[in-house]
Amino acid sequence: MARPMEEIRWQDLEIGATVSEPGCSREYKTGSWRSLRPVVDGEQCIRCGVCWLYCPDAAIDRSEDGHFQADLDYCKGCGICARECPVGCITMEIEES
Amino acid sequence: MDKFSVYAARLVEKGEYFASGHRACQGCAEALAVRLVMKALGRDTIVAMATGCMEIVSSPLPTTAWEVPWIHVAFENASAVITGCESGMKAMMRKGKLPPKKINFVAMGGDGATADIGMGQLSGALERGHDFVYVCYDNEAYMNTGIQRSSATPWGASTTTSPAGKLSKGQRTQKKDLPKIAIAHNIPYVATACPSFPFDLMEKVKKAAAVEGPAYLHILSVCPTGWRIPSEEAIKYGRLAVNTCVFPLYECLYGKYRLTYRPNPILPVREYIEGQGRFRHLTPEDIEAIQERTTAEYEKLVKLSEEV
Repeated sequence: MARPMEEIRWQDLEIGATVSEPGCSREYKTGSWRSLRPVVDGEQCIRCGVCWLYCPDAAIDRSEDGHFQADLDYCKGCGICARECPVGCITMEIEES
Repeated sequence: MDKFSVYAARLVEKGEYFASGHRACQGCAEALAVRLVMKALGRDTIVAMATGCMEIVSSPLPTTAWEVPWIHVAFENASAVITGCESGMKAMMRKGKLPPKKINFVAMGGDGATADIGMGQLSGALERGHDFVYVCYDNEAYMNTGIQRSSATPWGASTTTSPAGKLSKGQRTQKKDLPKIAIAHNIPYVATACPSFPFDLMEKVKKAAAVEGPAYLHILSVCPTGWRIPSEEAIKYGRLAVNTCVFPLYECLYGKYRLTYRPNPILPVREYIEGQGRFRHLTPEDIEAIQERTTAEYEKLVKLSEEV
């Protein structure tokens, strides 16, 4: 999206309310919904990717060294990754304002 | 979790066709199911989606979470629209206006759009034999409008239109068996799946897209909001539904049944029911009744899968 979502007015919409840019919901950051934040213990992580596979928001990225980290722009803090991690290296910590 | 699942997660398709930033509730297993289905289908896909949770959360103007051509249609006609797309594309390819290509035509709907409102159109589309896949995301009620009962709501579940109280035990009717209805149309491929078993799900989606003719997929999608469970346990309850045989995973390819996962040991239904807020009014006798019915249904299925 060329402009942030807040600046788009109804005049800017296309005819038939089509959205011509695929995947532009990435402009909308759902990270502000979160009350718990996943914290990964890099020492314990076996880099299997199970957290990435089970994340409903596709909010887990793989860093260059192969570790998986939550993308806090989109993570809603549901806790599925912490629950499903086979080695239990993810803990959910309370988000401080 | 078995060792294979831990190892194989990294072999899964990396591309995301259902983008981040969609507005599904925390821990929505239905959003996970859509994400996995789209991973299995890949880029060459056209989706028609009936009204429902996944349509609402993925496409509030001016944004869309879809990376593939996607059309929102009314509650009842997702299957009618996708068959139109399929016929239109076929005609254009025949006339040389488009290069010939294998495209996956997929209609998606929730359990309300499939079991109640879109039943007739789905039946018509399956009967006409178009080459498409229908995916039903079953979260066992109309969750999008605030948890109203649908005909796919199981017996005893408390919803806002089947509330539990002194005179009521919640939903009074049994869950409509949609996969069996689809099988009765004699279509090439019908399967049930659950996102708690991601590899099984993706395998089935690929199979459904590969067969010639209509295919129907029924995906149990745990809804933490509507089932009244903590958001982090969405995957666990999907697994429990399968391991207690409340939702057995099977497929039916050209009339031949096959159980794709046999839980061993089969857990008591109590373990699945107990933690859910929508079932918390049920007495041990009620749970016993559900257990009996579940066992009988599963035995029927095992018998069918052993037929040659």
